[in-house]
Amino acid sequence: MAKKPVSFILNGTETGIFVEEGGNLLEALRRGAGDLSPKYGCGQGGCGACTVLIDGEPHLSCLTLAETVEGRRVETARGISNGAELHPLQETFMEGFAAQCGYCSPGMLVAAKALLDKNPRPSRNEVIDAISGNLCRCTGYEPIVDAILQAAARLQGRVA
Amino acid sequence: MTTVEFRKDLFANERQDDLNEIGKPKIRQDIEGHVTGRTAYFDDHLFEGLLHMRCVRSPHHHARIRSLNAAEAERMPGVVRVIYPRDVPNNLNTLLSLINFGRDDEPLLSHQKVAYRGEAVLAIIAETEAQARAAVDAVRVEWDELPHVLDVEDALKPGAPVVNEEYPNNCFDYEPYDHVKLRFGDVHAAFQQADHVVEATYEMSPIEHAPVETCGAIAAPETNGRYVCHTATQALFFSLGTTAKFLDMPSSRLHFIGGTVGGGFGGKVDSLTEPLAVLGAMLSGKPVKFMWDREEEMQVGAPRGAERWVIKDGVMADGRIIARSLTGYFDAGAYTRLSSYAGTKCTGHLPGPYTIPNVASNVFCVYTNRTPATAMRGFGITGVDFAIECHMDRVAEKVGMDPISLRILNSYRDGDMKAHRRSAKNCALVECCQVAAGKANWTLSAEDQAATSLTGTNANRQEIPETALDEDGRVGERKAGRVATTEPSLGTRRLPAGTHGRSHAAVAPQRPDMQILAERVGHRMDSEPQPMPEQSAAQVSAPRPPAPPRAAPPSPPPAAPPLQTQNTQPAPMAPVQSTPVPTYPPAAPPTSETEPAPKPFQKGVRRPGVSRFLSGSRRR
Amino acid sequence: MTQVQTIAHLTDAANVTGAFLGGGTLLMRDVNYAAHTIPTLIRITDPMMREVRTEGDRLWIGAGMTMASVVAHRDLEALKSAALAIGGPAVRNMATIGGNLFAPHPYGDFTVALLALDAKVHFANGRESDLETFLRGRDQNRELVTAVSIQRISGADFRFKKVTRTKPKGVSVLSIAAHLEAPGGRVTTARIAFGAMGPTPLRAKATETALRGASLDEGGITPALNAVLTDLEPADDPLASAWYRRTVAPIHLKRLLLERR
Repeated sequence: MAKKPVSFILNGTETGIFVEEGGNLLEALRRGAGDLSPKYGCGQGGCGACTVLIDGEPHLSCLTLAETVEGRRVETARGISNGAELHPLQETFMEGFAAQCGYCSPGMLVAAKALLDKNPRPSRNEVIDAISGNLCRCTGYEPIVDAILQAAARLQGRVA
Repeated sequence: MTTVEFRKDLFANERQDDLNEIGKPKIRQDIEGHVTGRTAYFDDHLFEGLLHMRCVRSPHHHARIRSLNAAEAERMPGVVRVIYPRDVPNNLNTLLSLINFGRDDEPLLSHQKVAYRGEAVLAIIAETEAQARAAVDAVRVEWDELPHVLDVEDALKPGAPVVNEEYPNNCFDYEPYDHVKLRFGDVHAAFQQADHVVEATYEMSPIEHAPVETCGAIAAPETNGRYVCHTATQALFFSLGTTAKFLDMPSSRLHFIGGTVGGGFGGKVDSLTEPLAVLGAMLSGKPVKFMWDREEEMQVGAPRGAERWVIKDGVMADGRIIARSLTGYFDAGAYTRLSSYAGTKCTGHLPGPYTIPNVASNVFCVYTNRTPATAMRGFGITGVDFAIECHMDRVAEKVGMDPISLRILNSYRDGDMKAHRRSAKNCALVECCQVAAGKANWTLSAEDQAATSLTGTNANRQEIPETALDEDGRVGERKAGRVATTEPSLGTRRLPAGTHGRSHAAVAPQRPDMQILAERVGHRMDSEPQPMPEQSAAQVSAPRPPAPPRAAPPSPPPAAPPLQTQNTQPAPMAPVQSTPVPTYPPAAPPTSETEPAPKPFQKGVRRPGVSRFLSGSRRR
Repeated sequence: MTQVQTIAHLTDAANVTGAFLGGGTLLMRDVNYAAHTIPTLIRITDPMMREVRTEGDRLWIGAGMTMASVVAHRDLEALKSAALAIGGPAVRNMATIGGNLFAPHPYGDFTVALLALDAKVHFANGRESDLETFLRGRDQNRELVTAVSIQRISGADFRFKKVTRTKPKGVSVLSIAAHLEAPGGRVTTARIAFGAMGPTPLRAKATETALRGASLDEGGITPALNAVLTDLEPADDPLASAWYRRTVAPIHLKRLLLERR
């Protein structure tokens, strides 16, 4: 089967891989680029576990044709922290028990980051809408929503 | 933030309040991996030249396979290997065979007939997932559709289609009966005395666990004839044992790696992907991934089984429930998996947390042409609790009582005799009702407020009544049309009052080092008796009237004063040797009618069809 | 195989064999689950697919506009509530208007809004069709939709409601769109469309007739609520039975019509 070269910026790093024709971005990131943080949950856009940011906006990588990210900026959960320094979202998720099995966390985190990048002081309902495409079967969402709101406050310097 | 409230005022003197961790925020040890995307689930292991497996599945609820032709699929691009049922070394299993419970009834790949929609009949390994999918679509199967049955009660009727050949009566054999019996007192006599009889039927649908990570496994050859298997299983050694049995190989050749599961909730114990992935690695000599897609997870992935409950209560005008008869049907789907255990476990829970002097239940584990059911959070208990609590509300409505008050009146008190002929201890339902009512701003009477689980038992509540026994529903009789009903029927003989159950004796450990030493696991065993409930009862109830709250005797004899010494002594279980000799045939002791004699656990696996290589299991 | 094509090229080509990829939220599902059934994916990259422009009294919206871009566009204020009802943010960043026209039951809520707004569908070869006609033959249609056009309306005249089982987002039990002109509280124009109430989004014509001339109050809309069941042909699906959909449809329509504006 013919493969196509695709180059893009993955978490700030220029990346070039070969992708299957018709192959989705999720598999391209995981098997091609070796970034295993986006997860497969459904392959049909229902769960949000594969959410990544393309040019800063959340997209479902399982429904994105891999070759369409040519030249674009892709961010995953691996790219959220600044080296060893965790992003406030990661800290508040840890402190607030906002993950149990952790499988939805990479998608949740990038969806939350996309929100906070655009809207630093979101309301609770805006947070709920921002993660409305991401399913979590363990936590019941409340700790996740709380953690995102806390991270927003921390980014604003409102709470240490 | 979500908070947990600890009601340390309740039962304060029953424990030492020296907890260092509980009630304090804690950062999970694995959560840094979760939030950085570095946690490795089974599919996060990269293998060079990974192959992909997909299954051909039944589109029918029930069908015979007339012919199966995979010739075209074998020739398709990328196809490495087609796995037929004949390629599975030991193609019949039942999950609980690892603890010697039940008979093998389920193939890994079905070769003659399928008994539920989505049952696998063939597996195909290809270089890419898309190629495997294309090849699966190219397999030609001719199906002869068979009549199917999807309803538990229909399945028990004499003319119903046989779902599972190993259990031709469409229900699990709880020898000698086709159901689990619980008998305590005489419900039919009590219904005659009751002021009201309240009967209703409750149903619960199957529930899919829907973990975000679907079930799957990656297997790859290691060296020295060993295979590594990364799996999403919730029960690593269970899956390992099951794989060893299906593949008839020593478990020492299997290197199973698990631990991080992307959501399980009970749905990842069935071990269906691991044996096929390892078999694929054996037959292809390459790493093979077998991961369900979302549609398979929902259709093929075992759910919490459906249940149906018929509950009939005899209740006095003042709210005392004097009889409860329950008929339960667990829908196992097409194969047993863990549903047989649900029936047994649930019987141990009946009649719910209430002191009822006459209880009878028949619980069936029924086969239907639905997706096989499995474990899920409290399975065997959750469904019937839903039914019982709905029924309590219905009873309260019938007698015109506050539903919480009805529960407090009938709750177990420490020292009460349960339907299983064991004393209730550490009871807390009264207190739960009080706290829940408080949280809901629900006004309780002063009497209900003053009630406590520590007091209120009396001689009548501790009595083991004379019990009506029946022989209905011996295995096979129902299908032959010789059993009229599924409900507990009138007894044909009597078991004298006061007959205790017998304890099951556990066999000695195989080796001395298998003995669990309490100190070694950090459990402190107190040699001194704990002087608690007596004092606490006195303290707590000091400002209140000394009489037990509304603990009117449920049956004719007058109330005896509470036995003050009861709580300081062990449960009034007679040792086996001193059990009064019952005046009925020796085969069936009252609380364990499904097991003719108190056989100790059998260790290891020594049955035909079971892998010779499974190691013995420890007494747990 | 994947191809990148221009509209001009497609207009010239005698026969196009392949599936047009919009946002991928529907088509990529099929690719993931059965790639062998889709030999060719065709991507159209022309910028005009993402244009919004005014022609006379009509607003042309490129078929490649995503739900998120509809939400963000100041000329499309009236359609904002319908676009926000589609999926979570990731789906809205991907899903297009053109794709929504082809979304099978129970999807296609944005098309319900377009149907109430009397939209026209424009094809690559210049042909146009009213949306209702298009939906009748939709599943056989192989043409590329380049744009839809609607009458310019005031947002005040348009109402949209999507009913789901899960909060905040779920698949439709039903959706309702209503374009109502009711100066002084009396209805002069009414176009009502339902989603998830038939194989495609559908117009509720008996309801519309019953509404014309009616006053927008409980008594006035009662004949319309009684008429609504004759307009609907719901089916059972895992989200809701046909019985349930019929039972709740008049209730939700009532709430929508009496919504305080």
